Amino acid sequence: MPVSQTSSRAVYAALKSCGIGLVSALPETWLVHLIRMAEDDPAMVLVRLAKEEEGVGVSAGAYFAGVKSAMLMQNHGFLASINGIVSFAQLYRVPLLMLISYRGHFGERDPWQIQGGGATEPVLRALGIPYCFLDDPATVARRVEQAQTWAYAGLHPAALLLTRDLMWEDA
Amino acid sequence: MQRIECLRAVYSRLESCLVVTNMGAVASELQSIGHRPNFFYLQHAMGLASSMGLGLALCLPHQKIVVLDGDGSVLMNLGGLTTLARYHPANLVHVVFDNESLLSVGGFPTATSTGADLEAAARAAGIARAATARTVGEFTSSFHAALESNELVSIVAKVEAVGPKTYVTDLALLENRFQFHRHIARLKGT
Repeated sequence: MPVSQTSSRAVYAALKSCGIGLVSALPETWLVHLIRMAEDDPAMVLVRLAKEEEGVGVSAGAYFAGVKSAMLMQNHGFLASINGIVSFAQLYRVPLLMLISYRGHFGERDPWQIQGGGATEPVLRALGIPYCFLDDPATVARRVEQAQTWAYAGLHPAALLLTRDLMWEDA
Repeated sequence: MQRIECLRAVYSRLESCLVVTNMGAVASELQSIGHRPNFFYLQHAMGLASSMGLGLALCLPHQKIVVLDGDGSVLMNLGGLTTLARYHPANLVHVVFDNESLLSVGGFPTATSTGADLEAAARAAGIARAATARTVGEFTSSFHAALESNELVSIVAKVEAVGPKTYVTDLALLENRFQFHRHIARLKGT
């Protein structure tokens, strides 16, 4: 599977160096290595969800408990979580660090990903959620740390879009 | 059986727990009995009270977490029951007040009015210890036993579809949020 091991390791290392102690996740192709790393890490609480919106509640619970967390999801999972993000995280000023695999953008071969790919950035902008791209292993650590810092300073969700350039190695 | 009678019956036992409620009548009635800094009212985001309870329970394993939920909210996040069961936090009690109704928006019947059984749903999701209470006595004894157990427990309390006159309370959402956050920080500090 041409999902990048190297980039997945860089993203996981960035989460660890930010002190993330809990990760919620719903499997998707680009996230497989990241989820396995969380699974194999005895110091990480991995919560496997039935639907991504649950992750907003789980992360909020972790936040109130004083544990830093991250959400791993596909952009369609982000789209499925919107009421939780708006009516919990934004309404109650709860910081969320959302790592979103950006499917359906240029290079995508799966027709079913395309519509959600086009909606992702407009929806993030409509919700007033700042985002940046994780597209190069060399800048991943810095961008993850900066997004987390902003989320906790602003008590607000922040999004990092995991791009094809970072996550996928075409054979 | 009325929800507020159940809340009054167990109120004194909530003092040592972290309590998360869903929106609507549960939040308003619990506040009418008396707000405490260890109570958090999730006044929207229906379905996520139990998910928040799970996050708290996993991160604070030595703290008892009580989620006071409703049938309308649980029906919006049935998958969440399977996630609760998957991690089966021993320090979590999930109470579902089932009035078979979306009371705060005019009392429209939910699917529990036509036979959906939330105790059976909890069991089928994998929560081995689930019960239904139909009297205040049954509810109180189930709740006390759940607090003393070292196991995830789901209690479905069948209550009448009656609630408070108003759902808006004097407690601002953000005041509640910061108070709850600070309360837990203090607990952890001691």
